[in-house]
Amino acid sequence: MENKMYVSSSPHFRSNSSTAKIMLDVIIALVPASIASVIFFGFRALMLIGVCVASCVLSEYVARKIMKRDTTIGDLSAVVTGLLLALNLPVSINPLIAVFGCVVAIIVVKQMFGGLGMNFVNPALAARIVLLVSFPNAMMTWTDAFSKDIDAVASATPLVAQSGTYSYTQLLLGAHGGSLGETCAIALVLGGVYLVIKKVISPVIPCVYIVSAGLMALIVGQDPLYQILSGGLLLGAIFMATDYVTCPITKWGKVVYAVGCGVLTILLRTYSNMPEGASFSILLMNILTPLIEMATTPKPFGAVKKAKGDKK
Amino acid sequence: MESKLTFPKKPYRTHGGVHVPHRKNTASAQSVYMPVPKSVTISMSQHIGAPCKPTVKVGDTVAVGQVIGNNDAYVSAPIHSSVSGIVKKIDKITAADGSKVDAITIESDGEMRMYEGIKPPVINDLSDLLKATRESGLVGLGGAGFPTHVKLNIPIDKNVDTLIINLAECEPYITADHREVIENSWNIMSGIYTLKDILKLKRVIIGIEDNKPDAIKVLKTIADHEIDKYDEVRVLPLKASYPYGAEKVLIKACTNRVVPMGKLPADAGCLVMNVASIAFLSYYLKSGIPLVKRRITVDGDAIAEPKNVIVPIGTSVKDIIDFCGGYKQEPKKLILGGPMMGSSVSDDSLFIAKQNNAILAFSEKEAKLMEPSACIHCGKCVDACPMCLMPTSICKAVNAKDVDAMMKANIMNCMECGCCAYVCPANRHLVNNIRLGKQIINNEKKRLMPLKEGK
Repeated sequence: MENKMYVSSSPHFRSNSSTAKIMLDVIIALVPASIASVIFFGFRALMLIGVCVASCVLSEYVARKIMKRDTTIGDLSAVVTGLLLALNLPVSINPLIAVFGCVVAIIVVKQMFGGLGMNFVNPALAARIVLLVSFPNAMMTWTDAFSKDIDAVASATPLVAQSGTYSYTQLLLGAHGGSLGETCAIALVLGGVYLVIKKVISPVIPCVYIVSAGLMALIVGQDPLYQILSGGLLLGAIFMATDYVTCPITKWGKVVYAVGCGVLTILLRTYSNMPEGASFSILLMNILTPLIEMATTPKPFGAVKKAKGDKK
Repeated sequence: MESKLTFPKKPYRTHGGVHVPHRKNTASAQSVYMPVPKSVTISMSQHIGAPCKPTVKVGDTVAVGQVIGNNDAYVSAPIHSSVSGIVKKIDKITAADGSKVDAITIESDGEMRMYEGIKPPVINDLSDLLKATRESGLVGLGGAGFPTHVKLNIPIDKNVDTLIINLAECEPYITADHREVIENSWNIMSGIYTLKDILKLKRVIIGIEDNKPDAIKVLKTIADHEIDKYDEVRVLPLKASYPYGAEKVLIKACTNRVVPMGKLPADAGCLVMNVASIAFLSYYLKSGIPLVKRRITVDGDAIAEPKNVIVPIGTSVKDIIDFCGGYKQEPKKLILGGPMMGSSVSDDSLFIAKQNNAILAFSEKEAKLMEPSACIHCGKCVDACPMCLMPTSICKAVNAKDVDAMMKANIMNCMECGCCAYVCPANRHLVNNIRLGKQIINNEKKRLMPLKEGK
């Protein structure tokens, strides 16, 4: 026969999922939160999102070119990083600082460790923390929602103002000061539900994270619902902690990891100088992920000495 | 001891698995007998175990069912001529896995004359059955090709009480077992009762995926507890999911027993038989005609007329595809077996062996190889693995050629079902990598063997 055949190892069938499709789903899930941010903080929010996405994609492209590797912007992971980072910034921030954050996220945190799949912490999260430490003032100047003038001084975020300042309804809708994407709880949960329905993420991490944070809040004497709905907890639980690359892949590993995130978030919020604990807690658990995975490796099928089954 | 074994109302839980498209296009059409081919080439290595040595010479006249290859080794099965005619050639051919094996080419005289020595065996006890099974040339027809007489010779200390009939047929496209039930159900039942009586088994569970409702209906009318007054045979419909046909998964689903790692079904008190094997066995006990033909599903988007065909063993793949109307599109991939576990071959000049159950030909569209991209650590392979392994960890160890890490990740427990590679969004060649790892381990073992013996 003239015709050359493909010869390959089985399986010869593949499901039609792909990295780009998964990333696209994450982007779609972030759309409600992005729209909410534009409604609350005006077009400057849209501009920031645009700047972050563009500079992340560009950084990825340039980094891969310099390293003489294949271009990977097609997998959309840089878009997700840019979007997540933008949603973690206050609206009043200087766009140049945002660009610096994107370069740190993509080049230092992601590409220097080998690119997608090799970074040991979430790039957007690490960049946010770098910005927080480098530009504390810019990162903690909050503009109130619907405020016309971004320089008009800042309202306190619900986390800084203590429990009770804002009603639960206000927190659910998100019409208050804070990072672009973290304010509207309804939009975030909507995105989370979409991801679970599309089977992009398992509900284990967000649910366990939220429940354990609530319980921990009770233990340390905080209002659990207020803690869950304010600050970056929901954004972190649904979109940051579930980042494939940096969370455990074992079933019980996910539980351990999410409990760690929840407990640490509340502890940091209550006892550290920082008002926000979600970013640091997730970052810490990211670092522990390989250890958690090692400790929770599933028992292979048939590893039991005695068959449990029915009576013989 | 005399307590009666219960039947599960619904299948027990198994881990992982994936939903593959069924594409059982040929399920409702009657199988057709292929006309006698001009010549057949019968491989001497159609089973796991010692290959046979030819017992005929070039120029000999042979008849259907005459032994043409045999081996005294215990794990082996004789090979019979599938046509009547003259032996033309005894030569090496390339098998589906690329190895070179002996094969006998017989030019058919078109008469399909039966060998005079054929007569139904007399079965009084287990040893008669084992002897007859060996003489029939039967090997596992589901794909593995393990000699059945070895499987049936259960060590006394194993206490096997359950016979599971494997009718899952979870691979896409393949409907050969499905058609076996529809067209040959009484042979299946008589085979089940023969085995049950001689091996003194207490219950028989027919595990069948629910994408074959007509086959379930047929089996329930002849096998269920309302008819069987002893209530020892029952049909258990399984919700279609790949890989229910894997022996260990099927045992767990049917009995909740777990076969220990590296052990056999007998260690969990079970005997698993493919439905075509059991149907053939009962046919042989009645007729004495050994394994010389089998039913094969021919399908795929490059095949003009997909259908089930009953062909003599040793017919060339090309002849069978020509019989099915040839190719309607340029074939780009040819697979012996199913798309999940079958082996892709480089051309259609191969010959059908006992354990082949399907020929699939795909066009460029279906056959296209995907470029792998970076692992994003999504964990879908871990969720899908029916053996509860971590395919990503195994592959990391394989890429590092780290034998210890591979063993620690239980690479040898992988049955290469393909679930991990199927779900992988990055199109990583996980199964290929795992096979490579197993090869590295085998080479390492061979390298260390002389050292250990030297000490």
